[in-house]
Amino acid sequence: MRKFLGKTWLAAAIASFAISGAQAADDTIKVGVLHSLSGTMAISETTLKDTILMMIDDQNKKGGLLGKKLEAVVVDPASNWPLFAEKARELIQVKKSDVVFGCWTSVSRKSVLPVFEELNGLLFYPVQYEGEESSRNVFYTGAAPNQQAIPAVEYLMSKDGGEAKRWVLLGTDYVYPRTTNKILRAFLHAKGVSDADIMEEYTPFGHSDWQTIVTNVKKFASEGKKTAVVSTINGDANVPFYKELGNQGIKAEDIPVVAFSVGEEELAGLDTTPLVGHLAAWNYFMSVDAPKNAEFIKQWQAFIKNPKRVTNDPMEAHYIGFKMWVQAVQQAGTTDVDAVRQAMYGQKVKAPGGFDSVMNTNHHLSKPVMIGEIQANGQFDIVWRTDGPIVGDAWSDFIPESKKLTADWTFPWVCGNCEKPKYAAN
Amino acid sequence: MSNIWGRILACGQGPGPSYWNSIHKMLKYFFILISLAFTPLNAFAQAADLPALVLQLADKSRAKQSEAIDALTASGDPVVLAPLEALLNGNLYTRKSDGTIWITTESATGFDLKHPLTGAEGGSAVSEEMTKANITNAIRTRLRGALGGMSLLGPDAKLRRQAADAIFKNAAPESIPLLESAIAKESDPAVLRRMQRALAAIHYNLSDDPQTRLKAIETLGGFTDQDVRALLNNVVARGAAGAGGEEVRAAAEKALAGVESRLEFWGLAESLFQGISLGSVLLLAAIGLAITFGVMGIINMAHGEMVMIGAYTTYMVQEIIRTSFPGMFDASLFIAIPAAFMVSGLVGVAIERGIIRFLYGRPLETLLATWGVSLILQQTVRSIFGPTNKEVGTPAWMSGALEFDSGLALTYNRLAIIIFSLMVLGLLVLVMRRTSLGLRMRAVTQNRAMANSMGIRTGTVDALTFGLGSGIAGIAGVALSQIDNVSPNLGQSYIVDSFMVVVFGGVGNLLGTFFGAMSLGLVNKFLEPYAGAVLGKIFILVALILFIQYRPRGMFALKGRAVEH
Repeated sequence: MRKFLGKTWLAAAIASFAISGAQAADDTIKVGVLHSLSGTMAISETTLKDTILMMIDDQNKKGGLLGKKLEAVVVDPASNWPLFAEKARELIQVKKSDVVFGCWTSVSRKSVLPVFEELNGLLFYPVQYEGEESSRNVFYTGAAPNQQAIPAVEYLMSKDGGEAKRWVLLGTDYVYPRTTNKILRAFLHAKGVSDADIMEEYTPFGHSDWQTIVTNVKKFASEGKKTAVVSTINGDANVPFYKELGNQGIKAEDIPVVAFSVGEEELAGLDTTPLVGHLAAWNYFMSVDAPKNAEFIKQWQAFIKNPKRVTNDPMEAHYIGFKMWVQAVQQAGTTDVDAVRQAMYGQKVKAPGGFDSVMNTNHHLSKPVMIGEIQANGQFDIVWRTDGPIVGDAWSDFIPESKKLTADWTFPWVCGNCEKPKYAAN
Repeated sequence: MSNIWGRILACGQGPGPSYWNSIHKMLKYFFILISLAFTPLNAFAQAADLPALVLQLADKSRAKQSEAIDALTASGDPVVLAPLEALLNGNLYTRKSDGTIWITTESATGFDLKHPLTGAEGGSAVSEEMTKANITNAIRTRLRGALGGMSLLGPDAKLRRQAADAIFKNAAPESIPLLESAIAKESDPAVLRRMQRALAAIHYNLSDDPQTRLKAIETLGGFTDQDVRALLNNVVARGAAGAGGEEVRAAAEKALAGVESRLEFWGLAESLFQGISLGSVLLLAAIGLAITFGVMGIINMAHGEMVMIGAYTTYMVQEIIRTSFPGMFDASLFIAIPAAFMVSGLVGVAIERGIIRFLYGRPLETLLATWGVSLILQQTVRSIFGPTNKEVGTPAWMSGALEFDSGLALTYNRLAIIIFSLMVLGLLVLVMRRTSLGLRMRAVTQNRAMANSMGIRTGTVDALTFGLGSGIAGIAGVALSQIDNVSPNLGQSYIVDSFMVVVFGGVGNLLGTFFGAMSLGLVNKFLEPYAGAVLGKIFILVALILFIQYRPRGMFALKGRAVEH
């Protein structure tokens, strides 16, 4: 008897749970958030989770979307790359998310890619990356190499940038730095820099002893030509690297370091006085002087209840991505992935960076490029920027085998990596 | 221009800085008066120019900016010092509403304004009203060169040395007369050498006289640093161009060879220092583990988190000092050391009493349990402090480097950590060997039953020993906060290295831990230039595995019956 009762109880519980679940699914639009909240990458990704929560909150205050409320579904892939794929599957299949905002490192993106393609999900990826990819199911709202790495190197080659002739490419040992440096090396060759004037060096994740490498950079720089360092060092390793630079007395005037993964958030853990003048290249800085940016910063600091919190480029990318998705859903009148994807092309959003950002048919954004110098207060002074937005290029023109490829998801191409259009247009 | 400067500033040599400052101020007004009274035409022409030039400093075009800097420097008027310094320090702003330019100081509400030339108060403004005059690295070099020229005759030897080095980098021919007059007056031999170095660099780069260039090369060849190497390399690479042709080139090549061979020698010394420094970091991280793992035999995966807690305690101490006693900031680390020891030690005692004591003699369970504890601690810290890095400031006495004329730079924070790690080791050895607590610890770990029957409360001793090990890990956290991130992941990056050091040095032997840490540090640093950071680490791990195959007990194995249990 008791056993029987217990079972009925359980069955009833399951039934009621299922009903309430089904109701919830009808009432709300589910927005998946796939960012690490623990482990190595938590330092950067937690902020992005909060950004999306802020955007959802804001949209709900405006009355939601298609007459429904938005509901955040937050999971924690714990900086564990295979777990990203598992959690992505859970978000799409079990939690029925209509869209997912997530990933930071390229390894995590590569790991969820097959899942999104198999289940026809929709992912917004907000971080600057190495390019050489265009998936039907991913919208890349961060910078491609031609929107960050190449302009930064061009700036350092220019008169204002100090006319660098020798290059040190420093990076963490994984796919993003290796691919970016491959593109940069090809670019430098095209500009007439010989291999003898390029030093390439990789370190493990979380490398903390930079003495030897900084000494070697100093030595490399003293061989008669102006030297610049291009840093694709990622995550935790940046702080000890910059500390060592400061302590060994390397000034930005002597050897400027331009970084692609160091933003306001990373500098928050550092005394930046010895680093004044070192550079970073992004599509957004917190110091951008635009009304839209002031609004964005105010909204963020109010949401997070801390007037000292900073904003950064990937956050802006999520802001743009979220707004575009909302517009596309409104235009399509549904959250159906195929319909939303079609509506995404040509969507335009007023970005906090002070310009109109447009989604292109290769799933990359048009954004302007900005170069900032680190200031003593942990902010960046923008010393150079492109005249207008640059179209993100999925396949680099500086790698011969990639140059041939086209990414275009509209007729007649409908392809992310083709040499010829799929459908003959006649 | 330089002569005027020489005359004005030379008055300041000798007496102390405050005296000099007041003289400087007096002279400034005196100078303005004189120029107004006696050289009407010229001075008025210049005075009319200055405001326009200062306004030009904030120009968006870098060419316009550097033009303005050159013109202002050439005016020789001491009032231009203030705007140039403000531009370099990022305190020069234009007001959006009327386009006027101001020197700002930050206040509670925004900025206090000061006129860049007259120094008159201009009220205040909120930050939205003002636009900062941006500069680039190229402009920064030019500014430092210009300002360097002005402080070359000042009273502060350090500033004079910096000025000479700035001129060396800028190498502008206009600096020659100024440098020559400075060299004639200089009394400090070290600064004198730097000035001669700067002068030689200018002569070498720009002189038309082969004899002057040869002499310059001779002077430069007497230095051993990377900057001189760069300079010599530059001209060797250019070939026989310039005055003196082949003869100068050959001399430069010879001087370069000398510089490089000496640099190589000093490079070796530098590698040695870096190896010892890495060794001392490893030693600090491992020394607590040498107690918990080495002496007690507990495989403590939460050791790294004790280090992390120590680093966060340092952050907390600094926060309190920053808000309540800002004057004591330089002493913050000394206050943090006992605080971190207490906090980490107490957490350690709690872990021992709460979890580990139930698991003695079951190494696998201890490993899993402490690993779980480490995850819990990490996430707790992440929830309390947030996932982002916390800024732990470096006291003034620990920043910068001890630089030798040879270009060898020993960074102060690394020097401090080397000394600190040795002190901690020494103290620990004393505690273990010379105190009754140490005696009881050794007794309990060697023969628990016997110690117990002799009236030692083994439970208390266990807790204290584990607490001591954890507390020392906390102290390590204070030191590591100076060179690494203070984030919840801090401990993870040191746990593997710590076990490596303890196992390699010999379990249960503090001296072994010392030699283990130092040899791993040195091997790592001598290997890194050849193998790179990633491969170097792999080599060391492979070598360590092979070593353990032959000497499973490490370098300094304990001998005797006690070990067998």
